[in-house]
Amino acid sequence: MSYNKFNAWKAGLKDGLPICLGYFAVSFAFGIQAKGIGLTPFQAAFMSAVNVTSAGQYASLQLIAAGAPYFEMALTQLIINLRYCLMSCALSQKFTKKTAMGHRFGIAYGVTDEIFAVSVCRPGPLEPAHSYGLISIAVPGWVLGTLFGVISGSLLPESIISALGIAIYGMFLAIVIPVARAEKPVLAVVLCAVFLSTVFYYTPGLNAISPGFQIIIITVLTAAAAALLFPVAEEVSHES
Amino acid sequence: MSHNIYLYILVMAAVTYLIRMLPLTLIRREIKNPFIRSFLHYVPYATLAAMTFPAILYSTASTVSAALGFLAAACLAYLGKSLLTVAGCACIVVYIAELFL
Repeated sequence: MSYNKFNAWKAGLKDGLPICLGYFAVSFAFGIQAKGIGLTPFQAAFMSAVNVTSAGQYASLQLIAAGAPYFEMALTQLIINLRYCLMSCALSQKFTKKTAMGHRFGIAYGVTDEIFAVSVCRPGPLEPAHSYGLISIAVPGWVLGTLFGVISGSLLPESIISALGIAIYGMFLAIVIPVARAEKPVLAVVLCAVFLSTVFYYTPGLNAISPGFQIIIITVLTAAAAALLFPVAEEVSHES
Repeated sequence: MSHNIYLYILVMAAVTYLIRMLPLTLIRREIKNPFIRSFLHYVPYATLAAMTFPAILYSTASTVSAALGFLAAACLAYLGKSLLTVAGCACIVVYIAELFL
């Protein structure tokens, strides 16, 4: 590993620390639920390690408990996690021509809401070493949180779990607000998306749509409108 | 339970990985179309904003502590503080607020 790559990896570790803390809290709660339907600590931790997706894993517990058919499991995951497809499309534009195919397979493993957010909003082309730094601190937080949740739901005081619950959202704000402050179109996108998601959240009927699909609908509507109203000039999209 | 847990887990993992991997490997070159370029530029902000609000208000044990943490994080983010500072301070504010609730 060259010096530059090592530094990028370390920067990824540092950027990933809030993700790790937030994941720990969320997956701890997931572990408690997984135990509730009879998963062993190993099964729950294994699920977290190979999926790394909060909403999808929560949904899977109901299906496993109900003994649903495998195709229903596949379809549910497809719908809930389809937003990752949108994220990967955006991320694909951050690669340089030199990025090896192997890195594309490796980085794909870690396309979560949070890792995507940090990677795509980082200026300049994507550095695989930085992505691996994010993955190597965030995924252990996710897996260990799950494991501890199953083994002992009472290991951590509730006040700590509650406080950690906001970590991921704090991180999202730290990513979005500075850009929204500097770029008016991004501010418009943020306000519009917040408005729509509030409407979806509180409107009976609309809030029956799965959260993953709500995010897809809101993202496509808002980003398409912004792309029509405020087209981005060449080259700018890599800088911001 | 008639179904195998590990088979469930592997089905989930395969579907989820394919969703993540296919666009990254199939879209190999820079997209030139200005509309799609602009669309993809705005995607992360729309997604993050939609995921954050109103969900942030229900991310802790009480809406009040969450709202205080949200305010603190929003102010620090506006000042351009790092991810870790913003996230950490939001947690501390929530923790302290819940001591008094």
